[in-house]
Amino acid sequence: MVVEFGTAIDRAVNARVQQLRRDLEARPLGGITELVPTYRSLAVYFDPRRVGEGLPELLASRAASLEGSAETGGRCVVIPVGYGGERGPDLPEVARHAGLSESEVVSRHTGRDYYCYMLGFTPGFAYLGGMDETLATPRLANPRTKIPAGSVGIAGAQTGIYPIDSPGGWRLIGRTPLRLFDPDRTPPTLLDAGLWVRFVAVDEGEYAAVTDQVRRGAYVPEVRDREGNHEA
Amino acid sequence: MRLEVRRPGLLSTVQDGGRWGYQGKGVPVAGAMDLPAFRRGNLVAGNEPEEAALEITVLGPTLGVLEGEGIVAAAGADLGFALNGAPAPLLTAVRVRSGDEISFAGPRGGGCRGYLCFAGGVAVPPVMGSRSTFLRGALGGFHGRALRAGDVLETGDLPPLAFAGEGFSCPPDLDLDRSADRPLRVVPGPQDDAFTAEGREIFFSSAYRVTDEADRMGYRLEGPPVAHSRGADIVSDAVPLGAIQIPGHGRPICMLADRQTTGGYPKIAVICSDDVGVLAQRMAGDTVRFVAVTFAEALRWAKEEGDALENLRRARSTWRSRPRFPAGWDASGRWTLTVGERAYAVTWRARS
Repeated sequence: MVVEFGTAIDRAVNARVQQLRRDLEARPLGGITELVPTYRSLAVYFDPRRVGEGLPELLASRAASLEGSAETGGRCVVIPVGYGGERGPDLPEVARHAGLSESEVVSRHTGRDYYCYMLGFTPGFAYLGGMDETLATPRLANPRTKIPAGSVGIAGAQTGIYPIDSPGGWRLIGRTPLRLFDPDRTPPTLLDAGLWVRFVAVDEGEYAAVTDQVRRGAYVPEVRDREGNHEA
Repeated sequence: MRLEVRRPGLLSTVQDGGRWGYQGKGVPVAGAMDLPAFRRGNLVAGNEPEEAALEITVLGPTLGVLEGEGIVAAAGADLGFALNGAPAPLLTAVRVRSGDEISFAGPRGGGCRGYLCFAGGVAVPPVMGSRSTFLRGALGGFHGRALRAGDVLETGDLPPLAFAGEGFSCPPDLDLDRSADRPLRVVPGPQDDAFTAEGREIFFSSAYRVTDEADRMGYRLEGPPVAHSRGADIVSDAVPLGAIQIPGHGRPICMLADRQTTGGYPKIAVICSDDVGVLAQRMAGDTVRFVAVTFAEALRWAKEEGDALENLRRARSTWRSRPRFPAGWDASGRWTLTVGERAYAVTWRARS
């Protein structure tokens, strides 16, 4: 069963998806087994033996009852990134495409919070919205066969982080030592739909220190409270 | 029980009911492709219905029992299940002992996927609450991959009275009836309005052929194209089990166990959960048709399937408590029971 709130990528629409999700988590309906929030809809999985024919109406009325209580603020996860070099081999090309210096690309990429609309595509992959449009760069014509986990890339107007080693055609501008997906950890993913993300550039020494802490399981990601529901 | 993989078969993986609960984090569910058949195999073996088992594909593995004793039940397609070279019955609790060899002679009908269920399940560590293998992500199951020659599998602790069920077979009225080549039942939506009326008409009236691109992730079908009413892209939303998505080329793709959690193609319909198993048994070249049903009908069938599984569990547990005697055995007797002040005469007779 899918509760659709719109057909576009829109933060107000996504806020309502998150609202219904939190409401169903706080006040569950019997027989519902799993909720999957996406850009503009909430998929509701259920045990067909434990729900009645009235489920669609129940969900619709629950969604309607939430209207008008739009959220503000939110939490923002800080992600340390080593930009450029072998961790970000496409940084020069992104800079050339944008007509900017490499350091200006980094400063624009780290200069704002990104909203995590949903997770999907591969375990722990976050669809982030709100990148500076001047950084938009087309995908590689010839995708790489293996991109290391933690790589931060740009594809068109999107930016994102590869949570696991995988092939792909994104332009790689850096890498984070954080583990975005770890099946042995609870929760297994670092990010979640409805969270915000802020990239912070770190130097070689800081990168090595964070890498070491992550390896020892001692790293606690910094999470900031946000004031408003805006990008800057 | 410890088993050695002597020949791995074409694609043999450990699967359970699936890694549910993490689709919102982008983690595919995986799990048995033909869930109704898989659940019956487990119940016959004396397990809970979604215990980890081996899913075997077309050409089954050869397994040697190195150590211990146990109960196995084969379910799903008839792939030529054999014990020590002799054909063995499907959906029957079969006892195996150290030195025995389980093998599969080759497909005989009923599809391409079989299940080998062990009393106690396959003892691989659960990952995120499931023992299913997600092959693309190398996650869960036996080291995240299909079985290879030389692997050694352990089965889990035997459920109580496991051996008491030896010889139990699934009663035919509780087995799946897949003899008729009927269309797959689908509930239209969530984006059936993204197609033209003619497109929907074509979808429900045409026969589609399963292409070579048919695996645990999904089945691509070939047949008359279904026209979209307004572009073939939607803003990504969730992809449920059995979703039929139609990209720009107009040919349906049915999304199965290893599907990605979200996708950007419109979905014309979703296959009813039990009929997902019917499709999972089809092979390249087979034809598929679809028929629209209502949400209420789909719920009713799911409930009937739940009742059938409950009845199978009951039949298995009653079988456990029934005394059995050696062939030709016939005996009778008379007991006197005294309860309080009263005496009762009990006569009994038992025959094999």
